[in-house]
Amino acid sequence: MARITKDQVKHVAHLARLSVSEEEVEQFTEQLDAIIGFAEQLNELDTEGIEPTTHVLDVKNVLRDDVVKQSLKREDALKNAPEEQDGQVKVPSILE
Amino acid sequence: MSLLEQSVQALHKQLREKEITVSELVDASYKRIGEVEDKVKAFISLDEENARNYAKQLDEALVGKEEKGLLYGLPIGIKDNIITKGLKTTCASKLLGNFEPVHDATVMGKIRSSEAVMIGKLNMDEFAMGSSTENSGFFRTRNPWDIDYVPGGSSGGSAASVAAGEVLFSLGSDTGGSIRQPASYCGVVGLKPTYGRVSRFGLVAFASSLDQIGPITRSVEDNAYLMQVISGYDNMDSTSANVDVPDYLSSLTGDVTGLKIAVPKEYLAEGVNEDVKNKTLEALKVLEGLGATWEEVSLPHSKYAVATYYLLASSEASANLARFDGVRYGVRSDNDTNLIEMYKESRSAGFGDEVKRRIMLGTFALSSGYYDAYYKKAQQVRTLIKKDFDDVLADFDVIIGPTAPTTAFKIGEKVDDPLTMYANDILTIPVNLAGVPAISVPCGLSNGLPVGLQIIGKHFDESTVYRVAHSFEQSTDHHKAKPQL
Amino acid sequence: MNFETVVGLEVHVELKTKTKIFCGCSTEFGAPPNSHTCPICLGHPGVLPVLNKQAVEYGMKAAMALNCEIAPITKFDRKNYFYPDSPKAYQISQFDKPIGEHGWIDIEVNGEKKRIGITRIHLEEDAGKLTHSEYGDYSLVDFNRVGTPLIEIVSEPDIRTPEEAYAYLEKLKAILQYTEVSDCKMEEGSLRCDANISLRPVGQEEFGTKTEIKNLNSFAHVRSGLAYEEVRQAEVLTDGGEIQQETRRWDDANKKTILMRVKEGSDDYRYFPDPDLVDFHIDEDWKERVRATIPELPDARKARYESELGLSSYDAEVITQSKAMAEFFETGLSYDAPAKQLANWLMGEVNAYLKTADKEIGDVPLTPEALAKMIGLIEKGTISSKIAKQVFKDLIEKGGDPEKIVKDKGLVQISDEGEIRTMIIGILDQNQPSIDDYKAGKEKAIGFLVGQVMKASRGKANPQLVNKILLEEIKTR
Repeated sequence: MARITKDQVKHVAHLARLSVSEEEVEQFTEQLDAIIGFAEQLNELDTEGIEPTTHVLDVKNVLRDDVVKQSLKREDALKNAPEEQDGQVKVPSILE
Repeated sequence: MSLLEQSVQALHKQLREKEITVSELVDASYKRIGEVEDKVKAFISLDEENARNYAKQLDEALVGKEEKGLLYGLPIGIKDNIITKGLKTTCASKLLGNFEPVHDATVMGKIRSSEAVMIGKLNMDEFAMGSSTENSGFFRTRNPWDIDYVPGGSSGGSAASVAAGEVLFSLGSDTGGSIRQPASYCGVVGLKPTYGRVSRFGLVAFASSLDQIGPITRSVEDNAYLMQVISGYDNMDSTSANVDVPDYLSSLTGDVTGLKIAVPKEYLAEGVNEDVKNKTLEALKVLEGLGATWEEVSLPHSKYAVATYYLLASSEASANLARFDGVRYGVRSDNDTNLIEMYKESRSAGFGDEVKRRIMLGTFALSSGYYDAYYKKAQQVRTLIKKDFDDVLADFDVIIGPTAPTTAFKIGEKVDDPLTMYANDILTIPVNLAGVPAISVPCGLSNGLPVGLQIIGKHFDESTVYRVAHSFEQSTDHHKAKPQL
Repeated sequence: MNFETVVGLEVHVELKTKTKIFCGCSTEFGAPPNSHTCPICLGHPGVLPVLNKQAVEYGMKAAMALNCEIAPITKFDRKNYFYPDSPKAYQISQFDKPIGEHGWIDIEVNGEKKRIGITRIHLEEDAGKLTHSEYGDYSLVDFNRVGTPLIEIVSEPDIRTPEEAYAYLEKLKAILQYTEVSDCKMEEGSLRCDANISLRPVGQEEFGTKTEIKNLNSFAHVRSGLAYEEVRQAEVLTDGGEIQQETRRWDDANKKTILMRVKEGSDDYRYFPDPDLVDFHIDEDWKERVRATIPELPDARKARYESELGLSSYDAEVITQSKAMAEFFETGLSYDAPAKQLANWLMGEVNAYLKTADKEIGDVPLTPEALAKMIGLIEKGTISSKIAKQVFKDLIEKGGDPEKIVKDKGLVQISDEGEIRTMIIGILDQNQPSIDDYKAGKEKAIGFLVGQVMKASRGKANPQLVNKILLEEIKTR
């Protein structure tokens, strides 16, 4: 049974802002299905009550003091911007 | 013997005694690159002009200057996912083909203070996603031992450049084996430090909870030199550990008497090539001969590590790589009428298939309705995997096994089969999930290709890992084998 | 059908830290575009966040002042969405372990007290600022604001009327200003509010479908927007229609809400713990250290003004509503102004002026010392209340010392009986008809005569003395 459908792949591609051709949808569906199928082996393990691990190290409360540091020069901040105008980064129209 | 086949100590002696100059060393590096780079293809970019100028500066400063950096004058290559101010940093991605950082990674600052000379930026699997460097968005790097074979990955350029003698040493990064596996395939020494030992600030993140920068060198001693420079707490990295850094060089005593070694049965199980298994057992004999003892143990959850890793690493990556959207940097698509299309076109044109696949997998694993079943489940299994290591390392000094189940495979052999490719990391991945340090050292050749021995230590106990690796290395000639290019 | 209105408010407040939440760039408002940015807040490859301690402590302080329980362990999560003002394409926020939960605020509407629950308060980073081109064909992004620390305060759906929403916001703002965690300036965007509103038939427990109102640039807009939406939704429901889950914006020019977008399902933000940040454990010690920095809050201060200073509940409420006003009041008291008179001036002339001029108490040259001195001059009889209004105008517009103003302008009240009597005799001599009217029982005539005397003295004659002597003199005629 397919665990992942083509529609799911399209939805996920949209969430990730990737455009995918029909051919790619086909391919990704197959591959992701295989990978997820492989991942299902984790269900062999009973993990009830087991704390999830986000960090392997027991480091906590890492904080910095509220002290101003030098910002970038504006030309450096914008140096890599594909398009700029009036000291700002220009982007295409935001159509929903 | 060519200059770059010598050790840090030997070169420093010659520099001190003015038998050679830094400029000669740097020249030797670029000369070697000129000779073999066509075959190896390890570098994405070279920083020749700056390197030569810096070499000159160091040579001039040498007169009368007593205090020298720990890596004074030595040519180093840097994996192209480590941010270098003013020098293109691409992560081997077309999307970042034009990206010029405005700051340095913390490790780059340390490398510069150590007075090493940066030769260039090294090829890799795009965004460190891969085990063969075939996923580079630009070109494939080849194994110096046989150019029809992959150098491993993702730090393929880092390992190949050292093996080929193009640089003295290099920095790589390791998320699931990306330093150790290419070191193993290329017959060099590669260390993945304890998570938190080396600052990640300026390492372009693949999977933040797993990534570590580490050194790739020709010998264990050189490795300790480079590690000494890059280790240490960084207040720019919240996950950096505020733990003292020992003197790694002084741990290289050659004494392993009474050392207790654990050998997980899962690391010599089915799927591990016979030759690789035998080389590992031979290595254990060498260590036994030196006064160590070994016992078979079990890391029962190891078989779940690959699935756990791909879920967690891909989930983190799906968010880490979201910033590559064509807005502030990188290559933007021509679509200037619609923002969403601009995003999609830029990302689709910029990312390769493997990167897209992992972004999709991670996005899926985090999406509503699947989070608990995949992401959270994997985090819980990670707890079990980590506990396996904690339990074994409570009773043993180190864990030893092969670095990879096989020697290098042929270019193109696995490229269309992601799952087989992923399975290749089965012996390195658990180490990242547990956050412990591990090194790969050469332990012989199989059909003319190097085999790597993996030595895994306790959290922040790189010293013991180095001591064992060094004792083994100095008792064998494996590290003296050189590829013929 | 009768409907009950259900409102929940989401308020974003910028914290007054010097630097951003995860990097050392300045949070100063009004800098040239993209001049307060660095690789970290610009989301360059390879950068990492390190949490600003002050932001956490301001968050804790606000949560405590709003009666929240502080989480013993709190953490940060990534909220994933693509937008040009969000450089990492995820916002670092807090998902399942917010810094504070289960708080409340007491409000008072038309003399009735009510407790509004606060579901949660969490810390997060602000986004950049987008400017859209005139024809909507492109937008420009300024990243200065990216990474400014925010707290989001989510209320329980306990609010039932637009007035309650207004009172909740006023009280929330007052508390946050008292604790000095934020300027709460809506016009600079340091306080922003989105309102969720739904209707349900009276007696029904289940909530109706809600709409979200955005672009609410003042508390008055929140009130108007909710009032409009209340009517609109009731009309739709009464006509047998259905409310769509949608986002609407308040159009203040046309005084109505306009559909922005319909929500399709819930957004999938794929929250997960940010692996670049560690957990934060907040122990009792830390809590107590922060708690000790919380000053007297509006409710406590109001109660004190009523019980100790004898102010009316209303006066005490208005004066404590803004921290600046309350501080002004307290300073005035320290210059020996009588509490009631001082309160009267603040509630009356001062507020009226501020309202007309659209200013805050801190924006005018009037000082508490000057106002207290001026009230002292009235109390001593040096100036009349009427003259005081003239002096006050000078003080609030130009500032200065009331004694000097009174002296320079010759405004000292005439309290010399002889002098006043002479003036009165002169007036009476010229106004026999008014004296006749008065004697014929037209009491109003006295007012006219007083007016004449005041006019002759250019307002400086002591009104009590004028009244007294005038009656005496009329009797003699």
